[in-house]
Amino acid sequence: MADLTTDFLGIKSPNPFWLASAPPTDKEYNVRRAFEAGWGGVVWKTLGSEGPPVVNVNGPRYGVIYGADRRVLGINNIELITDRDLYTNLEEIKRVKADYPDRAIIVSLMVPCEEQAWKDILPLVEDTGADGIELNFGCPHGMSERGMGAAVGQVPEYIEMVTRWCKQYYSKPVIVKLTPNITDVRKPAAAAKRGGADAVSLINTINSITSVNLDTMSPEPSIDGKGTHGGYCGPAVKPIAMSMVSEIARAEETRGLPISGIGGVTTWRDAAEYITLGCGNVQVCTAAMTYGFKIVQEMISGLSQWMDEKGHTSIQDFMGKAIPNTTDWQYLNLNYVAKAVINQDDCIACGRCYAACEDTSHQAIAMSDDRTFTVIDEECVACNLCVDVCPVEDCITMVALEPGATDPRTGKVVQKEYANWTTHPNNPSATAAE
Amino acid sequence: MNTPHTLGIAPARLNSDELAENFTDLHAPLNAHEAAVAADRCYFCHDAPCITACPTDIDIPLFIRQIATGTPDAAAKTIFDMNILGGMCARVCPTEDLCEQACVREMAEGKPVEIGRLQRFATDTVMAKDVMPYTRAQATGNKVAVIGAGPAGLACAHRLALLGHEVTVYDAQPKAGGLNEYGIAAYKSTDDFAAREVEWLCSIGGIEIKNDMALGAKLKIDDLVGCFSAVFLAVGLGGVNALSVDGDDKDGVEDAVAFIETLRQASDLAALPVGRNVVVIGGGMTAVDAAVQSKLLGADNVTIAYRRGRDAMSASRYEQDLAASHGVKLMFNVQPKAIHGNGAATEIELEYTATKDGALTGTGEAIRLPADQVFRAIGQTLTTDAGLKLNGRKIAVTGAGQTSRKGVWAGGDCASGGDDLTVTAVAEGRDAAMDIHKTLTGDV
Repeated sequence: MADLTTDFLGIKSPNPFWLASAPPTDKEYNVRRAFEAGWGGVVWKTLGSEGPPVVNVNGPRYGVIYGADRRVLGINNIELITDRDLYTNLEEIKRVKADYPDRAIIVSLMVPCEEQAWKDILPLVEDTGADGIELNFGCPHGMSERGMGAAVGQVPEYIEMVTRWCKQYYSKPVIVKLTPNITDVRKPAAAAKRGGADAVSLINTINSITSVNLDTMSPEPSIDGKGTHGGYCGPAVKPIAMSMVSEIARAEETRGLPISGIGGVTTWRDAAEYITLGCGNVQVCTAAMTYGFKIVQEMISGLSQWMDEKGHTSIQDFMGKAIPNTTDWQYLNLNYVAKAVINQDDCIACGRCYAACEDTSHQAIAMSDDRTFTVIDEECVACNLCVDVCPVEDCITMVALEPGATDPRTGKVVQKEYANWTTHPNNPSATAAE
Repeated sequence: MNTPHTLGIAPARLNSDELAENFTDLHAPLNAHEAAVAADRCYFCHDAPCITACPTDIDIPLFIRQIATGTPDAAAKTIFDMNILGGMCARVCPTEDLCEQACVREMAEGKPVEIGRLQRFATDTVMAKDVMPYTRAQATGNKVAVIGAGPAGLACAHRLALLGHEVTVYDAQPKAGGLNEYGIAAYKSTDDFAAREVEWLCSIGGIEIKNDMALGAKLKIDDLVGCFSAVFLAVGLGGVNALSVDGDDKDGVEDAVAFIETLRQASDLAALPVGRNVVVIGGGMTAVDAAVQSKLLGADNVTIAYRRGRDAMSASRYEQDLAASHGVKLMFNVQPKAIHGNGAATEIELEYTATKDGALTGTGEAIRLPADQVFRAIGQTLTTDAGLKLNGRKIAVTGAGQTSRKGVWAGGDCASGGDDLTVTAVAEGRDAAMDIHKTLTGDV
């Protein structure tokens, strides 16, 4: 069986599945249950400065987006950092780490942007024996209004400054957790690197209003008739998170900076995808909040099976393997021509491909009186929408035309050579091929 | 107290609790959660095959999406627009042969979307509120007579009333509803649903129902044609085919439709006598309804004897399995040869059959089964032609129910064309109403 052991910044864990800093990691009881269930590590829910803890609302903290059959696709939350006493948390962390030396425990921190505040808390954290810290520069609600969380994460200079303090006053790895509520994620990542961060983790949650109650005219979750934006997470945010991860993995300034991937990891497959984009591990929250800690068992068995099937013996074997294939649009091969092909044996004749293509795309699917659906190659631009809306997996596939074949849509012969937009004659700024 | 083993034909074979349990809803209604789960399975197909398969062309994907998005009232309106008896059809339609057979998920997984039960969820929602979601058009001044208050007659009457015509419905029975009231297994129409549906349907106004008025000496078609702008005949099939075998006249040999009718109207099921050994002759829905209900009343042995093979049975495979699951034995390729007994039936003699050169013949080999009650369920016949041209054994119609006589339309089981199904009758009644309206007003 494949070895799932990961070494992230020198922090070892039996598998790459960590629980993200969030409600599931707020206290000893939950974290012990998580470790018993098999999680490789946890990032303890964010600690604040010494003193009276923050308070949470006493009404609903979460909103939700459902798919079919009330499947949770996305959750948003307006919960703040831990609302428990700093020392209670520190004692618990120390106890749990002592009992689970093989698991990773990272402590998430959020204190004001003042050197003294960091100088005060870091030795306390160091004393717990935890494996590292994660700087919460991401929470988009509540704390950001007080100049912390995303308010820091949106200013690269602050990120660099605070990271530097942490490296100065703390001996173990420092991970900077990034907010997606910015324009270009490469900027804060580069700032973290300049400040000496050992790694970045991303994404934190996205500003969101999940729904509006049409009776009370209040956004949900509604607290006594009023709502506020929360932080969005879960399967719905995975594409956004993976794109940001890939940006950091590819950018010259940040290339090679270790990444902990966060955002909608729900199955082993999600984790594998994040790792191929350069992540050294993944952090999970919504899946656990939806299904409980046991879900890690599927993640472990699924990733192991896939790695065995592919001949990967360790996470390192496939880490970052998709990065070379992640490029800019202008470098995509415009000489590649594909056509949709419908497998008639698998087709259940629902006609969704037809409706989608006929109404919203290229009128490239024909429907016969007996409900046989066939692709019209003369019209098909291989947009993939039919594949996307087909309820039967692999019933419709995209098949590439061989070089030398003629594309019935354009009448042009498919060229073997790669050619992209930068040299295309329609591109006013094309550079001459010579 | 009798038991299933009590000899002869006897009441109270089961106690009243057992009977009540046996005759509850065949399919419990979906609750809101179940409906949401079921609705989520619909793919919202393009030009959906289920719509094509529905005799009334209900826009099924649309109404299911309306359920899924929390607007069952709108879903019901989508259904009622095409089928005002959508509530009953949700209960009695052989969906396994119609919409659900056509469902692409039947092809994909062998498990269609539960269209029938979803339809019931939507229609029950509106009917429970006692809301009639239609208002009548301005009065046209036309009066139309409808003969027969079954599904075809009621659908026709409602549509005509909607369009502003005044409708008088004559029905031979003391209660309206036709086969919905008298001819369907009790467990498919519980809690007096047929009567409640008629009352709801008539709440649109402009429909007067006159009961105990059969076509005949007091009610002549010539008079009706004179008094009304149009006449719609939906008298169904009032006669029952005879067995034509020795012993057909013995005590205990009865028409299945009469048994079903008595059962539907019974106030106390324990008072209903049923045989210890029941044999039902036939292969349609009536045969299944009679057989299953005999079993539910406490008959010890119930057999359906059908003269052809399983595939030729007009009762669907689903209905066959329903009967089998209740302990009814299905016998194929047997036909009645004689009914034996001294005054009352005690045995039935069945002869095996085979098809030779396309014709069904007896093989000469016979088998005897104990039978103290024998039900004939071998088809029903038209009892009045009203002087109209026939097509085979039914009133000939062209287009949307036009008969050979000007001003007279016909639909439902009495008219030619279409299957003898509630839903088909509704479609024919609705379409005849539109044709009558067009003829009377010139509106399309």
